[in-house]
Amino acid sequence: MALLQISEPGMSAAPHEHRLAVGIDLGTTNSLVATVRSGAPVVLPDSLGRPLLPSVVRYGAAGKVEVGYAAQAKQATDPKNTIVSVKRFMGRGLKDAAHIENAPYDFVDAPGMVQLRTAAGVKSPVEVSSEILRVLRERAELSLQGEISGAVITVPAYFDDAQRQATKDAGKLAGLNVLRLLNEPTAAAIAYGLENASEGIYAVYDLGGGTFDLSILKLSRGVFEVVATSGDSMLGGDDFDQRLFCWAVEKAKLPPLGARDMRLLQMKAREAKEYLTFHGEAPLTARLSSGEVVDLAIDSETFCSITQTLVNKTLGPVRKALRDASLAVEDIKGVVMVGGATRMPQVQRAVAEFFRRDPLNNLDPDKVVALGAAMQANVLAGNKPQGEDWLLLDVIPLSLGVETMGGLAEKIIPRNTTIPAAKAQEFTTFKDGQSGMSFHVVQGERELVTDCRSLARFELKGIPPMAAGAARIRVTFQVDADGLLHVSAKENTSGVEASVAVKPSYGLADADIERMLRDSFEHAKEDMHARALSEYRVDGRRLLEATRSALAQDEKLLDAKERDAISQAVTALERLLKGTDARAIKQAVDALNRATEEFAQRRMDQGVRRALSGKKIGSL
Amino acid sequence: MQSHFELFGLDPAFGLDKEMLEKAYRDIQSRVHPDRFAHAGDAERRASMQWTTRVNEAFRTLKDPVQRAKHILELHGVDVAFETNTQMPTDFLLRQLELREELEAAVQKKDAALLDALRRALAGERLLLEAEIGESIDKRRDYPGAAGPVRKLMFLDRLNAEIDSAYEEIE
Repeated sequence: MALLQISEPGMSAAPHEHRLAVGIDLGTTNSLVATVRSGAPVVLPDSLGRPLLPSVVRYGAAGKVEVGYAAQAKQATDPKNTIVSVKRFMGRGLKDAAHIENAPYDFVDAPGMVQLRTAAGVKSPVEVSSEILRVLRERAELSLQGEISGAVITVPAYFDDAQRQATKDAGKLAGLNVLRLLNEPTAAAIAYGLENASEGIYAVYDLGGGTFDLSILKLSRGVFEVVATSGDSMLGGDDFDQRLFCWAVEKAKLPPLGARDMRLLQMKAREAKEYLTFHGEAPLTARLSSGEVVDLAIDSETFCSITQTLVNKTLGPVRKALRDASLAVEDIKGVVMVGGATRMPQVQRAVAEFFRRDPLNNLDPDKVVALGAAMQANVLAGNKPQGEDWLLLDVIPLSLGVETMGGLAEKIIPRNTTIPAAKAQEFTTFKDGQSGMSFHVVQGERELVTDCRSLARFELKGIPPMAAGAARIRVTFQVDADGLLHVSAKENTSGVEASVAVKPSYGLADADIERMLRDSFEHAKEDMHARALSEYRVDGRRLLEATRSALAQDEKLLDAKERDAISQAVTALERLLKGTDARAIKQAVDALNRATEEFAQRRMDQGVRRALSGKKIGSL
Repeated sequence: MQSHFELFGLDPAFGLDKEMLEKAYRDIQSRVHPDRFAHAGDAERRASMQWTTRVNEAFRTLKDPVQRAKHILELHGVDVAFETNTQMPTDFLLRQLELREELEAAVQKKDAALLDALRRALAGERLLLEAEIGESIDKRRDYPGAAGPVRKLMFLDRLNAEIDSAYEEIE
């Protein structure tokens, strides 16, 4: 009798084709795309061999969009239409974005997220970011010669829910199947850990262009476990430029500057900063539009002293993360440095002094995040056989809570909780016959709601008339593997169920995304229907493949009737996939998903039982 | 509903083997985690998220001494509504007052070393309480009797959290 081969649950039984998956580091200053080729992660360069894509987007009249070096070259001559460091505005309102006063844009205060008026119309940071992602997607498709099946996009670990959601939306808008949002320091830890086969507790110090993250991870064979994360999503290399810029304005006694001069001097400040990494003194010269010439020089001592407070500001989150993890400096086996801003000698010195050891710099701090993201994308795409892959356990960076009486924030899911996580909380009415309740979801560590970030407001209506305090409203907060929050609510006593969709406070509802998608397709002269059809087909084929392999492994978990129901849904989908009716395909996909729900649960139960039995099925 | 211990195939003891717990947690996670199902259908992805959420919750509960003890007491029908029932022995409350005064003094002097010392003292007291809880639950099977020390441990946890925010205050 032939021996049956049983593969691991979740893994395809049939050898599937290699899926093209990429990792994208969507940075404040530069962005990169990487993939795993012949087992090794590589950054994909542009046609001129340049690995970085400056995160700069220029909107011209007549809908012309330039991204990267071309846009960067025009930032001083066309500052209003050339958007740099857009990441700082993702998911942010006008009042909580930093350096607004020194940014040469026409801001439009929109509910939740700030927008920018350009020659091509009003643009949201999501749209601007999607232009960067689109260029990277095209670069990858050209270089890999095929359609990208999925992408991992990295975000600062300290990004809140609104910033994460905005990033994911930008990915969708750029036509990417976003497999996962991955925290930047975690991505760096993957690249570093696998490269160096490291074990033990490591800290990742990630000072990017606009954000600072500090994550502490436990690395052990096959598992990357984030123990604590902390940071400042409004602190980065940009702030060092800004200090230098202010120093120059004061030193040269300049009058208030126009947009062009401001951008020019900021560029010069950045150049001087970079020069100081390798030299004791840097020139800082610029010819202003008035004809006046700024001719300054700054030595590294002065630069260190004007940026000392910024460097110190990074150490607060470092201490906090250590406390959260209940660890001491001596417990840390190594500190991985990530982000271009960690090249500054004063940063290296401060970190070395704090941790009492030399930081680790053996991977390029500009590339390490993209490389780690590519490795994770490769695993998520299922390109690595079980045993060679790894498990990643990440956490939520900021506590989630709801507003209670008196404007206080009640924490529901505390920071550093491993995700996915869920928590249900019961609420009740305080008036007789109260038929509705409104909820305000916030994120942050402070006690007052006004000091936290407002994520969403929603209302639960249709509570049947009851005495005050009799209703039992159960609100469930679910944080998924991307760190994104989903809230649902239902009233329990009466049996009436009401679920709610949470509209993000930053004001980008699904309808907005759809509109933007439509706009961008019109712009690209693509057919909306064709796009939808191709998306549903990909979905459908993926689901068929997954279902077939699940049936091949675990058909025995089903009785004849259940098997028939699934087979019918499979046949229906197969038939429709040959046609061109996008809606019918979508419905068939949904039907198959419904038909396999119970089956999926049973397979998962079985997986857990096998894990506990301690026996490797493959070794039987 | 299965208890958190059953989920990991462990005996319901307060003094549990941390390594066994971690191993079981990782073994299950490696089967159910959403990263394993990124390309699967909606039904499997949803089931995976639900399972992972449940496993994370169970792990978090069992890792933490207070939560673990409360879970065991709950399994044995002991009322764990400690928050509303705060009668505590006088000597314990006096000691708490003393510790809080020390904390305030440290904050006023902006002295991180004093906070460190306070944390160490607290860690010692926690260990004693944990031993007492283990004794009551695992040896004597006296579940109602464990409620007292569990409540004390909760007090110390809260103080610990206050010390943590004090660090932020003086920084």
